Amino acid sequence: MQKPFYVRFLLVATFLLGFTAFAQDEDASSGNEQGSVKAEIKEFIAHHLLDSHDFTLFTIDEEKNTHFGFPLPVIIWDDGLKVFMSSKFDHGQSVAEVDGNYYALYHGKIVKTDAQGTINYDEEGHATNAKPLDFSITKNVVFIIAVSLLMIFMFRKMAKSYSGSMLPKGIGRGLEPIILYIRDDIAIPNIGEKHYKKYMGYLLTVFFFIWIINLLGLSPLGVNVTNNIAVTLCLALFTYFITAFTANKNYWKHIFWMPDVPVFMKIVLAPIELLGTFIKPFSLMIRLYANITAGHLILMSILGMMFIFKTWIGSSMSFVLASALSFLELLVAALQAYIFTMLSALYFGMAVEEHDDH
Amino acid sequence: MEIPTILGAGLIVVGAAFGIGKIGSSAMDAIARQPEASGKIQTAMLIAAALIEGIGFAALFAA
Repeated sequence: MQKPFYVRFLLVATFLLGFTAFAQDEDASSGNEQGSVKAEIKEFIAHHLLDSHDFTLFTIDEEKNTHFGFPLPVIIWDDGLKVFMSSKFDHGQSVAEVDGNYYALYHGKIVKTDAQGTINYDEEGHATNAKPLDFSITKNVVFIIAVSLLMIFMFRKMAKSYSGSMLPKGIGRGLEPIILYIRDDIAIPNIGEKHYKKYMGYLLTVFFFIWIINLLGLSPLGVNVTNNIAVTLCLALFTYFITAFTANKNYWKHIFWMPDVPVFMKIVLAPIELLGTFIKPFSLMIRLYANITAGHLILMSILGMMFIFKTWIGSSMSFVLASALSFLELLVAALQAYIFTMLSALYFGMAVEEHDDH
Repeated sequence: MEIPTILGAGLIVVGAAFGIGKIGSSAMDAIARQPEASGKIQTAMLIAAALIEGIGFAALFAA
């Protein structure tokens, strides 16, 4: 049924009014203040996208530097192992002294400084201070460990509930269809009936790991593990190494000396094919990283609109958009886990493919 | 006159969006013709879309 004309007119008018309200507000407020709010939002988003050495849930007072959260252990290697709590940095406000050495936080990274915390810069504005090797339990590490433990707990419990009955109990009831879906719709069609079993462990782990950690990223805890490129790089490397080490001779033959191709073309194609094996995990890494980063960035920018348009209409529009986008992000969280698993299975399938035809 | 890199990134993103749109519309056509094969079509569609999306993101990060 079509909406009557006046309803549509009202809808359009409301939207237009909203925009004029923004425009007026922007004109009225002084440009300087507006700029500082925008800069603050930008800084906050950049801070959110980075890993951090302490787990802060929210800030109570910016000026007094009081935050609600807890410090995490810092483990660095700088002529010997040094372990201390990140509360020594006082959220980057003070210099930590450990065994006569001084360390400070510079953009979330630990650098070695003197007692005053001086940071030296080169011409391009980068810090030239020595950076000790950092093995700290950062926020991301905490959540990777937490999700791993959760998964061990969940799946052990599920496995136990199969003893004595064919029906799983408790959490297994919800997980069984997903596991069966991964087996029947991802693993078997891509890898094949014969070889799929040895890859199931990895496929299930990677699917649930990415999915749970993406969902945690949408929670108000402020974690974002999969938008750290190092994490996605590791996941992609797992896929790469499993592909490389389980591949049969057909796979390598088709990369370096493909049959039924003229010799000249073989020489041309071999480097391209070899490069292709690296591009596959690289695209896995970029895809997961970029999707999640883009999602967080857009969501936070939309939330930041509230502080720029200080009218009720701006806030409500920002709220509606943010809610809609959050639902979309729920979908993206599952979709990215699915795509990663799917493409991993596809690459494994290529590695174990048997060519009977020639 | 120098062309800003962000313009190139924008062009690539437009191209990627066009490509994904085309994949989506073809998949719709295919599913309408053969609803029983919708599972397979969806999988193939998602893979193709994901590959194109990768290029789009690579462009965004290069800019």
